[in-house]
Amino acid sequence: MRRLTPYLMAASLAAGCSGRAPVPSTSDVASQPPPATWGSYDAGGVPGGPGLRQHYGLGATAPDSLIARWNSDIGPDGAELPQGKGSAADGEKLYATACASCHGVGGVGGIAPNPRLVGRDSAAEGFRFASDPSRTKTIGNYWPYATTLFDYIRRAMPLATPGSLTDDQVYALTAYLLAANDVIPKGTTLDAAALREVKMPYRDRFIPDDRTGGPGVK
Amino acid sequence: MNDGSNDERVSHELDAERDARARSESSGDHTVSRRVLLGGVAGVAAGALAASLPRVATGQSAAAAAPTAATSPPTMPGDPSSLLGTPTSAQGVRATEVAPSRVPVGQVAGSSRAPLGQLTGTITPSDLHFERHHAGVPSIDAASHQLLIHGLVERPMTFSVDDIKRLPQVTRTHFVECSGNGRAPFKQPKPDTTAQAAAGMSSNTEWTGVPLATLFREVGVKPEAKWFLAEGGDACHMTRSVPIEKAWEDAMVVWAQNGEPLRPAQGYPLRLLLPGFEGNINVKWLRRLELGTAPWMTRWETSVYTDPLLGDKARQFSFVLDVKSVITSPSHPDVIATRGWRPITGLAWSGRGRVTRVEVSTDGGSTWHDAQLTGPALPKAHVRFQYMWNWQGEAATILSRATDETGQVQPTRSELIAVRGPGTDYHFTAIVGWDVKPDGSTFYHGET
Repeated sequence: MRRLTPYLMAASLAAGCSGRAPVPSTSDVASQPPPATWGSYDAGGVPGGPGLRQHYGLGATAPDSLIARWNSDIGPDGAELPQGKGSAADGEKLYATACASCHGVGGVGGIAPNPRLVGRDSAAEGFRFASDPSRTKTIGNYWPYATTLFDYIRRAMPLATPGSLTDDQVYALTAYLLAANDVIPKGTTLDAAALREVKMPYRDRFIPDDRTGGPGVK
Repeated sequence: MNDGSNDERVSHELDAERDARARSESSGDHTVSRRVLLGGVAGVAAGALAASLPRVATGQSAAAAAPTAATSPPTMPGDPSSLLGTPTSAQGVRATEVAPSRVPVGQVAGSSRAPLGQLTGTITPSDLHFERHHAGVPSIDAASHQLLIHGLVERPMTFSVDDIKRLPQVTRTHFVECSGNGRAPFKQPKPDTTAQAAAGMSSNTEWTGVPLATLFREVGVKPEAKWFLAEGGDACHMTRSVPIEKAWEDAMVVWAQNGEPLRPAQGYPLRLLLPGFEGNINVKWLRRLELGTAPWMTRWETSVYTDPLLGDKARQFSFVLDVKSVITSPSHPDVIATRGWRPITGLAWSGRGRVTRVEVSTDGGSTWHDAQLTGPALPKAHVRFQYMWNWQGEAATILSRATDETGQVQPTRSELIAVRGPGTDYHFTAIVGWDVKPDGSTFYHGET
């Protein structure tokens, strides 16, 4: 018996916490649409199905090779960062050929709607984006985790040829863009360990949603 | 592809009274045609609604297909009942004078909006549902498409589209709205803004698929899983982090919309549907779900889709769309041609549940009157409202204000700015409406 998931715990709670879920009669369930929320919904109990807490056995075991190929996401701690390295200098050269046509020379803006990437001028400091709409968000002033810059470039850039960059090239572009934004020194070479150590200037300005509905404006 | 092959068709003398007043004018990033609302006849509501369904004048449709034999202007007999009609067809076309179109078109990293001012009822036709793409629409072979679920699960598994279809299905009606909906008119209200431009990145359709909980049960989610990552199979490999509670609440993996498989622009063959959550997180072309303990902090939940706040902060994971409404008729570029009764009608919705009340003002917000909800208010779905108005040629400002089941009421634009600052960048839920001039013309009223 495998461990109960929260879902199954919810199902057993709905069944009155008895050790064994009652089997509903057809008349109980046949006329009932699925509930508003899935907490107590059990697809196995749909009329004709295998019964509550039973599986349909559909789907297949995921091949490790597929997981390895698709599971490329890199989170805020950078634990998944790959081997390789790249320098800001190499990144600057690569940027000029692979990125500047959309994001502008030096990352200071290109063809709309491609965002500006670089900018740490004093007028844009202080994270006063809400009070001053004229301020432009850039990697330097509005990107909380350096590791996810690597993630984004690798998964989504260049727009027309995603996946075309090597990991070394992604490290180089990451290094260039962080250096151009004065987050790291110009001569920096980044690898996994170095990138994990980079703290973005305004990381702590991002706060969780505090809206919960009800009267009032938030 | 849509079935609107008549988008370019020119209406010829179909309704001389309407055509005589119709003219085109440019509006922002797209072009619209002015339409004329008629009224004062028997069957007022039906007549006004029918008359409010506009046409697009020559060459003004955003879809620039050349006219074909099938779309060439028809020859209309004086008495249609005197001639044998056309035969059945495989997919059908819209009535000649009805040519609602999304605008703008041609965006691979951008959006097109639903023509809310040209629609009625609550269901958005699938081919008019707004689009927002970040790297275009991918071409996916549904027969080989896989949904991978892995991470903190007992059994990492893949599901084919056929597997998904073989599980028990559920069908729900929900809106999807981009949290950037109405950004430009909010930031800089302009009189020539249409309902499409003001709110057309909200659409409402019937979705069919399986509860995400059903799939999570099949793979056995581990108790330590608190978030999951959803990834799309488009060229940006869209990734968003979702709190796992949403899976047990009402999340679905859908494969059909309005009775047919998803259109490519809406995520064919599989889409994550998170009712009430901002559009971007309803990941299209869904190919992977990874269970984990904490959010992944992807670009789309940090650098964008976060809300700058006063106090030099930014609100993150602001998933839920607050209560909102928009009057769709009359709305710019409508011209009210006839004095007398007509409905002021529009749409209201809330990502927090049901809309419980919509009020309409015809005096710019000095006084408010309860509107009627014309059908059942489903949770996290558009509901249509109407308020009957006996217009006698006076200048007026008509506004709508919705309340949801949590008691949240739409704020004015100035109230929203006072709380969030002028640089607020998503979730534009302010009260808006239309200025009606004595000549019957209507213009956007966004400064509330």
